[in-house]
Amino acid sequence: MLKNITLGQYFPGNTFVHRLDPRTKLLIIVVYIVALFLVDKITAYLPVIVFLAISVMVSKIKLKSLVSGMKPLFVIIVITAIINLFFTSGEPIVKLWVVTITKEGVRAAVFMLLRISLLIMGTFMLTYTTAPMQLTDGLESLLGPLKKIKMPVHELAMMMSIALRFIPTLIEETDKIMNAQKARGADFETGGLVQKAKAMLPLLIPLFISAFRRADELATAMESRCYSGGEGRTKMKQLCYGAIDVTAGAAAIVLLAMVILLNTFGI
Amino acid sequence: MTPIVKTEGLTHLYSPGTPFERIAVQDLDFQAMKGEFIGIIGHTGSGKSTFIQHLNGLLKPTKGRVLFDGEDIWSSKTKTHGVRFKVGLVFQYPEYQLFEETVYKDIAFGPKNMKLSEEEIDARVREAADLVGIGEELLEKSPFDLSGGQKRRVAIAGVIAMRPDVLILDEPTAGLDPAGSAEILANIKDYHHRMGSTVLFVTHSMEDAARIADRLLVFSGGHLVMDGTPNAIFARPEELEAIDLGIPEITRVVARLREKGLDIPAAIYTVEQAKAALMKLKEGKADA
Ligand SMILES: Nc1ncnc2c1ncn2[C@@H]1O[C@H](COP(=O)(O)OP(=O)(O)O)[C@@H](O)[C@H]1O
Ligand SMILES: [Mg+2]
Repeated sequence: MLKNITLGQYFPGNTFVHRLDPRTKLLIIVVYIVALFLVDKITAYLPVIVFLAISVMVSKIKLKSLVSGMKPLFVIIVITAIINLFFTSGEPIVKLWVVTITKEGVRAAVFMLLRISLLIMGTFMLTYTTAPMQLTDGLESLLGPLKKIKMPVHELAMMMSIALRFIPTLIEETDKIMNAQKARGADFETGGLVQKAKAMLPLLIPLFISAFRRADELATAMESRCYSGGEGRTKMKQLCYGAIDVTAGAAAIVLLAMVILLNTFGI
Repeated sequence: MTPIVKTEGLTHLYSPGTPFERIAVQDLDFQAMKGEFIGIIGHTGSGKSTFIQHLNGLLKPTKGRVLFDGEDIWSSKTKTHGVRFKVGLVFQYPEYQLFEETVYKDIAFGPKNMKLSEEEIDARVREAADLVGIGEELLEKSPFDLSGGQKRRVAIAGVIAMRPDVLILDEPTAGLDPAGSAEILANIKDYHHRMGSTVLFVTHSMEDAARIADRLLVFSGGHLVMDGTPNAIFARPEELEAIDLGIPEITRVVARLREKGLDIPAAIYTVEQAKAALMKLKEGKADA
């Protein structure tokens, strides 16, 4: 039951988007987000949507998985849109009892809806097409200059990759312990809030104990292989930019330029 | 007589309808009578764990039925929940599910969920602890202070304390030293003897399977490929080897001895049987 989590999942593939250097993808996503937040004319959304659509098509990611990944955030998006719809002052178009819908409200709601969904789908495209380990490698490399000001960049990246590595393991473990306690008649489904919280104890305690045990074992394993942090450490897989990265980078710059152009001259 | 547990055409798919779909158990017909002692053997991934999780309703069959005492366990919600107490399932590495402050409280978790009276719970906890050889002095200790073998026995006691009609254990001796594993097997046998319950246990040791089970189930690729007494099953070594299983070591030794012309029976599966046969041979020689 816990296996249906798609948030942040990687869909392996070998398309143009998959082959891009993770650093390129990270930089492009930054440009994409900047472009998205620069938009202040409705037509300027067009290049952003086209850019996203092209990357979805090229990467062969199913639209269904993109939409189903949004589900947990759907409520937040709708509430934000509704709040914008009703609570923006301006020129009224509809008056119902105490609520007034203004022209500015409609505009703000549409903008909010587009902005949040495009933001989420864009970042999903990043995690759907980039293996978690690649992503952390890319982050580490991009943040590398911060090492100069004593930021533990390598350590942070290592922590992130370990966390990502253990998420599926923990999910599996949760499933197992849950079943074992159910076999002793534990009931995780019925009862009020307090009762449910209490019922979680037989699950959470073994889970924490096992997480600590795993952390301990991992630390020992790393130490016995002489792990000593990022200093002087080389990588098995070196990151390097290629021609496709230039193409993708150019596309992102075109996107930014189009948004600025439409903001100035569009409607 | 109605079988105590029975499956009809049991099929289970994991993650159906996704690219990860996998048939774990297929078209499995099985039944066990009250009081049987059954060993389950099979290669890793052959569907043993999936199969046993159906017997107490933790997994729902994709196709087919599971019956307890002649009744479909999925016919109503109360039936499904009730069967959890009647069919006790001890998972692999059960010590990882311990969570209470004391051994006593952990063993009492199952009986408490059955809503029994305090006295009844107390009686069952003590009985279960006694059955697995956990002494009174350990009951008030934290389960996390015990040794690996003791933890395992406490976890088994936690299931036994529900006094299930059917006790199922998934690889109860995995990861234990020979002494600890012999002790657990003796506990299980003892439980079977004293309670007269049906017992099913999964094992990777052909020796254990031969020594304590009256009947063996052999799994391969999600199918139940053999079902019979240890004698009948180990008499087919070629078939077992074809599915990456073997026969007990001692049976091989006996086969070699027979090749060398020693006159002992082929159907020997435990060291004790071999010893008895060899002693008999020696005495026969001495008489002559
Ligand atoms: N929770 C699960 N999700 C998906 N597949 C599973 C799960 N559990 C087991 N499987 C798969 O089902 C098959 C049977 O597994 P299992 O019943 O655990 O076999 P065994 O206990 O004999 O080793 C294996 O191929 C395994 O990979
Ligand atoms: Mg198993």
